[in-house]
Amino acid sequence: MMGRIFQYTVLFTATLFFLLPVYLVVVTALKEPAAITLDTTWQLPQVWYWASFVEAWTAFLPKMQNSFFLTIIATLLSAILGSLNGYVLAKWKFPGANIVFPLMLFGMFIPYQAVLIPLFQFVREIGLGGSLWGLILVHVVYGLPITTLIFRNYYAEIPDEMIEAGRIDGAGFFGIYSRIVFPLSVPGFVVVIIWQFTQIWNEFLFAVTLVSSPDQQPVTVALAQLAGGEAVQWNLPMAGALLAALPTLLVYILLGRYFIRGLLAGSVKG
Amino acid sequence: MRWLKNRDTLYGFLVILPSLVLLGIFVYVFIFQTFYTSLTDWGRDPAQALALDPQLRFIGLDNYRELFTGFVDVRFRQTLVNAFFFTIFFILGSLLVGLGLAMVLDRSPRGEGFFRTIFLFPMSLSFIVTGTIWRWMLQPEGGVNRLPTLVGLPEGEFAWLTSREQIWQVSWNDLPFITALVVGAILIFIAIAAFRGSENRRAWIATGSAALLLLWAFTLGRNLQPLPYDEMHGFNLAFIGIILAAIWQMSGYTMALYLAGLRGIPEELREAARVDGASDWQLYRRVILPLLAPITLSAMIILGHISLKIFDLIFAMAGADNAPTDVPALLMFITTFRANQFAEGAAIGTILLLLVAIVIVPYLYSQLKSEVRR
Amino acid sequence: MRKFFLALVAAALGSLALAQSGRLEIFSWWAGDEGPALEALINLYKQRHPNVTVENATVTGGAGVNARAVLKTRMLGGDPPDSFQIHAGQALISTWVVADRMEDLTPLFTQEGWMNRFPRGLLDMISYRGRIYSVPVNIHRSNVMWFVPSRLREWGVQPPRTWAEFLTVCRTLQGRGLEAPLALGENWTQQHLWESVALGVLGAADYANLWNGRLRFNDPKVIEVWNTFGRVLDCANRDAAGLSWQHAVDRVLEGRAAFNIMGDWAAGYMTTTKRLRPGEGFGWAPSPGTAGVFMMLSDSFGLPKGVKNRANAVNWLRLLGSREGQDTFNPLKGSIPARTDGDPARYNAYLQSAMRDWRTNRIVGSLVHGAVAPEAFQSQFGTVLEIFLSARNAQAAGNAAQAIATQVRLGQ
Repeated sequence: MMGRIFQYTVLFTATLFFLLPVYLVVVTALKEPAAITLDTTWQLPQVWYWASFVEAWTAFLPKMQNSFFLTIIATLLSAILGSLNGYVLAKWKFPGANIVFPLMLFGMFIPYQAVLIPLFQFVREIGLGGSLWGLILVHVVYGLPITTLIFRNYYAEIPDEMIEAGRIDGAGFFGIYSRIVFPLSVPGFVVVIIWQFTQIWNEFLFAVTLVSSPDQQPVTVALAQLAGGEAVQWNLPMAGALLAALPTLLVYILLGRYFIRGLLAGSVKG
Repeated sequence: MRWLKNRDTLYGFLVILPSLVLLGIFVYVFIFQTFYTSLTDWGRDPAQALALDPQLRFIGLDNYRELFTGFVDVRFRQTLVNAFFFTIFFILGSLLVGLGLAMVLDRSPRGEGFFRTIFLFPMSLSFIVTGTIWRWMLQPEGGVNRLPTLVGLPEGEFAWLTSREQIWQVSWNDLPFITALVVGAILIFIAIAAFRGSENRRAWIATGSAALLLLWAFTLGRNLQPLPYDEMHGFNLAFIGIILAAIWQMSGYTMALYLAGLRGIPEELREAARVDGASDWQLYRRVILPLLAPITLSAMIILGHISLKIFDLIFAMAGADNAPTDVPALLMFITTFRANQFAEGAAIGTILLLLVAIVIVPYLYSQLKSEVRR
Repeated sequence: MRKFFLALVAAALGSLALAQSGRLEIFSWWAGDEGPALEALINLYKQRHPNVTVENATVTGGAGVNARAVLKTRMLGGDPPDSFQIHAGQALISTWVVADRMEDLTPLFTQEGWMNRFPRGLLDMISYRGRIYSVPVNIHRSNVMWFVPSRLREWGVQPPRTWAEFLTVCRTLQGRGLEAPLALGENWTQQHLWESVALGVLGAADYANLWNGRLRFNDPKVIEVWNTFGRVLDCANRDAAGLSWQHAVDRVLEGRAAFNIMGDWAAGYMTTTKRLRPGEGFGWAPSPGTAGVFMMLSDSFGLPKGVKNRANAVNWLRLLGSREGQDTFNPLKGSIPARTDGDPARYNAYLQSAMRDWRTNRIVGSLVHGAVAPEAFQSQFGTVLEIFLSARNAQAAGNAAQAIATQVRLGQ
């Protein structure tokens, strides 16, 4: 009995710790700017004030569109490439694959500050400077290690006998992929797409250095500037934070199972 | 080149080739370029710093020497100390909170799915969102400091993000000595473990290097003084709030890892222990925690590399200019894009890479080695 | 006949200008309270050039610290905005002008007859090797001390005239339970305070000598500046790093502090946002020890090489430098025109007093706001401040400042 009580005490304290910030965000976003004072921080708004959301929505809608555009294209591209790479590394190991693979994986751990300067020079030189396409390229490339890793581990579970059976039926490299491997990949794709979507949507460093024209800004940059600006009226950043968090939050709530799988895959073997 | 005769393997290689080339450029060529940039004087001459095609001079390791011993680069040295403390407390906090939650959830309480969802949702947020939220939580006269007033207590006084207080100060000059002591202690620990496992060769190598290192530390090491004066560095209390926010965001991750690990422990094992009369506490200490050790190691490394790279969270929480909450990743950004010292920024980036590599390379190596063995 | 011909050319040119279409991207850090002034200017531009789509690219953040970082990635990334806001003086000269990334605007100045419409000293400040590189829109004053007159009367103190007096007043107020008589904000506002202290302690001549290299930062006179600065900081609030400059001004208005040292955009904030009357709701004086000296900074716009919409950008600069443009913008922005022929009737009481001072005072340039120090020095000055704050060691701070000055070749 004591154990039970202890157990639920822990759970409820932890829930409080995790949800208090959410409560504060929501009530602040719903208060009139003038009603937001430090000593009434925790109180419910006296008047429900929705205008902050309207304002944040108008300010953020174009940035959200940028983020969606960028995230969807980069996610799909890196997922497709990752699937092909994973297929090769799991089933068609070429000599040296065991050396190449860890070299690829290293790319997902590097601090991007160590490549930032040559990176933006390179993006400028290939003519993608300042545009969303440059950012897409960067996200696709730096997404390759994790997507390759997830698909490689996923395809390793497909029995070699199935591949062999495909070969006996006369299918080659591409035939086996399209007829046997790809149809089995749906859960793998879901995991990878959710993971990449979350990562790219939430990313900030590349977004702030590579795309700086405000009409192309992704939503994280817009939020950082809104909240980091002067004379912060906290209702607006809070409403903005909610909007910026919404897509990834929805994905997480609706597809949480797959999200956790991606999470575990991120630690190489899980 | 027998494999070339196999057409399908060749296709496979051709399919993966573009990815390899891209990653080769974006990771290895760029790292090399950054390293090369760090050996030049890019930024020192204002007329060249921002030119479309800057003329650079090769100056060797001068930027690194400046960073570690230069008078004005005290800020960089403090960021290293900051990153160190942040990493320690962030890992410790996330592991403890994650393990605790996983242990409670492992007993399948009512509403387990609900609680799991709650504990994990911050993982799906951007560090920018988290930072913005916690910045508001930690306002000096509001947020967290007002919480005690809700239950009738006096309000908190702690100046979360703006505190300038520093504790556990150590002189930069003592750092080589202290580092040697710590590494020596680790080596001795390894030696003892190896003796016990009767891996004699490894044990003697470890003992030998520990002895050499400690000998150096107490003789020449004491005299190695990077700076002509004592420069104190310590743990900035302003980091407490940032550590808290980071734990809020990441402990769900460790919880998920541990929960997966706990669920993987066969029920028979627990039963057997209980039959032997082990209490709950003994069960955890003797059976379960040792089984979770590999997970702990994985989590430490993943969290460790995240914390060394931390940038967005602090950018959003305290701003890029607040020196007490500065970290190497932020300083690189400021040095490069505000002060126009591109070579120095590249040097900071390279140092950051080395720090991360120390953590990650052995990990990748062991992970993949064990995989091959399997 | 000649006049007629000229008029014809002018008309042709005018219609050409009218016929301009396409886009114009204006990059600035004017948002929030400063937004309406820029809006008014953009509206004026739209009236004259209705076919041009104006893109107002604003990056917020105190004194443009964020904006300058973003601008850098854009310029280095080969994507310059058509025209960008930058502080007049070294902020532009030491960066983009010496790197040969800006167009020479001298022809525009002669063509528009601006050469004797702007003060000589200001033109010198925006010139490099005899050529002019930006169009100054406004003048702000950095060395102003703000207070609420009725409160000072209540407390029975006078606005201090020297830093020594300031410290006495501070102790008096602290004795009466006012914990932090000076309201201070985040990092850059502390540097802002420093330049006012430096000017007050050194005087105008020696202050100017800091920037031409004749006075070294480790000179005992400059070390004394740090000592005074330290004592002044003891009068300020401890949570400074968490406050924006507006929050710091608010503290004065709420009576939780007596004084704030801030540029005169604070007057704009207090009149426009806080709806206070200059002289009643708030009062001002030169920051201690700086009477008769006008520490100026100026926002200006330049023309990067290789922009997409050059003709539209030149028209934008033409509007900025015109009397109408400046008199439209400045009353709303809370600054005075950079031109000498502004119409005083359009300005409020504070600004009229600033216009008088601008004409009569001795002029020096601001450090933090990019007038006198190269960007590489100014952005690393934060580190110097940090060195001072961590140990309160004036000599160490002086040495560090001199090390940076040498490194960036200040005054050479």
